[in-house]
Amino acid sequence: MRRDESSLIRWLLIALALGFLGLFLVLPLAAVLAQALGKGTGAYFAALTQPDAWAAIRLTLLVAAIAVPVNIGFGLVASWAIAKFDFRGKSLLISLIDLPFSVSPVISGLVFVLLFGLQGWFGETLRDHNIRVLFAVPGIVLATMFVTFPFVARELIPLMEEQGREEEEAAIVLGAGGFKTFLTVTLPNVKWGLLHGVLLCNARAMGEFGAVSVVSGHIRGLTNTMPLHVEILYNEYDFVGAFAVASLLALLALLTLVAKSALEWRLRDEISALRQS
Amino acid sequence: MPKNNPAKPWRVIPGFGLTLGLTLGWLSVLVLIPLTSLFVMASGLSLDQWLAILADTRVQAAFRLSFGGALVAALINAAAGLLVAWVLVRYDFPGRRLIDAMVDLPFALPTAVAGIALAALYAPQGWIGQLIEPLGIKVAFTPLGAIVAMVFVGLPFVVRTVQPVLEDIDSEVEEAAASLGAGRWQTFTRVILPTLAPALLTGFALAFARAVGEYGSVIFIAGNFPGLSEIVPLLIVVRLEQYDYVGATAIAAIMLVASFVLLLAINGLQRWNRDRLSRGAA
Amino acid sequence: MIEVQNITKHFGAFRALDDVSLVVPKGKLVALLGPSGSGKTTLLRILAGLEAPDHGRVILDGIEATEQKARDRGIGFVFQHYALFRHMSVADNIAFGLTVRKGKDRPPRAEIDRRVGALLDLVQLSGLAGRYPTQLSGGQRQRVALARALAVEPRLLLLDEPFGALDAQVRKELRRWLRRLHDELGLTGVFVTHDQEEALEVADEVVVMNKGRIEQVGSPAAIYDQPATPFVYRFLGNVNSLPCAIHDGRAEIAGLSLAIEAPNSGGEGDGIAFVRPHDVEVRPPSDGLPRAVVEQLAILGPVVRADLLLPGNISIEVELTREQQNHLSLAKGSPVGLSLRRARVFAGA
Repeated sequence: MRRDESSLIRWLLIALALGFLGLFLVLPLAAVLAQALGKGTGAYFAALTQPDAWAAIRLTLLVAAIAVPVNIGFGLVASWAIAKFDFRGKSLLISLIDLPFSVSPVISGLVFVLLFGLQGWFGETLRDHNIRVLFAVPGIVLATMFVTFPFVARELIPLMEEQGREEEEAAIVLGAGGFKTFLTVTLPNVKWGLLHGVLLCNARAMGEFGAVSVVSGHIRGLTNTMPLHVEILYNEYDFVGAFAVASLLALLALLTLVAKSALEWRLRDEISALRQS
Repeated sequence: MPKNNPAKPWRVIPGFGLTLGLTLGWLSVLVLIPLTSLFVMASGLSLDQWLAILADTRVQAAFRLSFGGALVAALINAAAGLLVAWVLVRYDFPGRRLIDAMVDLPFALPTAVAGIALAALYAPQGWIGQLIEPLGIKVAFTPLGAIVAMVFVGLPFVVRTVQPVLEDIDSEVEEAAASLGAGRWQTFTRVILPTLAPALLTGFALAFARAVGEYGSVIFIAGNFPGLSEIVPLLIVVRLEQYDYVGATAIAAIMLVASFVLLLAINGLQRWNRDRLSRGAA
Repeated sequence: MIEVQNITKHFGAFRALDDVSLVVPKGKLVALLGPSGSGKTTLLRILAGLEAPDHGRVILDGIEATEQKARDRGIGFVFQHYALFRHMSVADNIAFGLTVRKGKDRPPRAEIDRRVGALLDLVQLSGLAGRYPTQLSGGQRQRVALARALAVEPRLLLLDEPFGALDAQVRKELRRWLRRLHDELGLTGVFVTHDQEEALEVADEVVVMNKGRIEQVGSPAAIYDQPATPFVYRFLGNVNSLPCAIHDGRAEIAGLSLAIEAPNSGGEGDGIAFVRPHDVEVRPPSDGLPRAVVEQLAILGPVVRADLLLPGNISIEVELTREQQNHLSLAKGSPVGLSLRRARVFAGA
């Protein structure tokens, strides 16, 4: 029995969907490229090689290089505790880990201003010891870690729960220690899921705007990440410069999507193999 | 009878205390304490201060735009997301997998990039702006622009929640409906749509929650005229830049409470969704 | 010798094991048989050190092991779903228990390879050393899991529902194979099953469990021929349970009267008599015998199964040979006379 629509309706629906996606996904991407290259490739590369642009790129890489590994560590530790043991309040803990996703980016930055700003809880202590958190790299790192907090953990928790505990128990009955079991049994089993979480975490860490904007102070060459640099250039009507840096971020997003899709196909196969066995 | 020590729970897999301790510690330091500090500060406000902040028409307008705009954007996303999910699951056409992967672009593209791209598109000289300008429609630098940006950031949510449920619908159910004499449209509205309802509602709520708090993509296109096209997160930033910590904290606290209520609602919806799915499988 | 003494285990309010004591003699293969929730898997996991008892002791080869960690007990455990390491080849899975040993306890690589090779031969998977678990059939995975458990030369082999996830044919072959393997290696082993046929066929000794307690321990023949409790009768199945009235040391079942043989079933009043279908003798109707009518007949190859209706609408299942059927010219509706060769009566049950 056919359950399909007539081909006229089908193509109409496909056209509508593609039109919507084209309007909201393809056109913005194309606009970034068009604007970046609007004055030729010479202007494009000139914009990218400016010292401030370089400083922004370096700072973005530095922030990601700190936030992402911390996130991996936390994700592995939290998912081990949650997936391999039973305890009360587990679902509350999972909800709390997800919390930063439902906080507006601006508020994610604001809380650190309230803690570390001059009028904040730790403001005076920090000033007395001449430590700068706000409007400096530590604040940017903190805000980035806050907004990316759930990424790896929420990826690993359901995966590890699905895989159960029998393999770890088997390893331990065979004489393996806890850390050895983690390294030889658990980690290889979750590596693709981990990579998936890391990709998303990295994309967000490099691309975060709102939270970082509140804590950075926008000091050119010092506390501007790439997204903040885009904003400054844009507000100064340096469109080629803004879109040139934006094009790098868009490229990062596209690469992330490609890698993510490849991983998802792989994960899907693994999970279906898992369900069969 | 020998009694074993019940105080020390027996766990075959080691590391429970260590990993749970680290998890709770890091969660507290990075997330819970900072969020609590915001509420502690807000609780220090007097009733008069609250009333003054809430009576401010600029604040009221910002909340109207953030929540009203997010509602409109989420409704658009519910309809368009359902359509996109349907087309991706049910029909085969060239480039389907590529488009499927592209749906997540708003998750991966930094919001600032999306913001300036949309602003460039809808500006009066932009590709879309110059087409709609003669029709008398203005998007850039109006509340409409904020809604466009909110649609962009919320786009993947409905697609990604509806898609797996749609994939799981047993073709036999539809065939049964057809065999009982239902037309295609009846089958869709009476059989498929009710099955999708929890997922659709979850996706709608997720898109709404995301749009309410959105900042980066909105501020470039909305124009940010106080009382007209200024969203709440931007108003918080403005207050901070004026060193009005009290005002910023109060507005942020209201936003946070709203987010938590939404989060609870979404959790409830997701549970409903899961229950539906597992019952369908049984 | 493996011994557990007075083991009690709760999961929350649920009592999984209630004062259980058991001895597993060296070199024997013992089946823990019972329905789900009877506590059999919990007992197995306590033996392995995967769970700890609330009370009671575990003694392995005369040494107190209650507090010993799972990894130090020297036990081979075959999990119900095998728990093979899915990212490791068959050979790496089998070698795991040897490669994780530290320092001088770890055999040299060549020795490990030799032992893995020998184990692969033993479980008849020699060609599959490089395969991954997902590329194997259920029966092959089962044998890899067994080889992995044997690689550490355990003093006790524990198997949790070893044939539970396999289809009927493979199940039968693997059962016999496990029995032969056990006889060759002379291991001490305990396996959990809910399948009475499996327990009776494979084990030297069967432990029947119910609701966290041991109902009966005995050889397969003893368990089948002399069930100790109504539960064991019902669980082993293939038995008629007939309500009866007990009076003066005799049980009355719808006109059948029999002397009560068992000493533990004294008392007066209502009871239940258990009669195996092949312990009912069907004869031509005659005056001295209780009467019944054939209600259904099913010919199952060499045997005939008949449902007989006794007065008072009590149904009883009997088994007889084709020869007997022909001799009696039994058909649906035929009247017959009955006597019981053997029955067991429990008062109040």
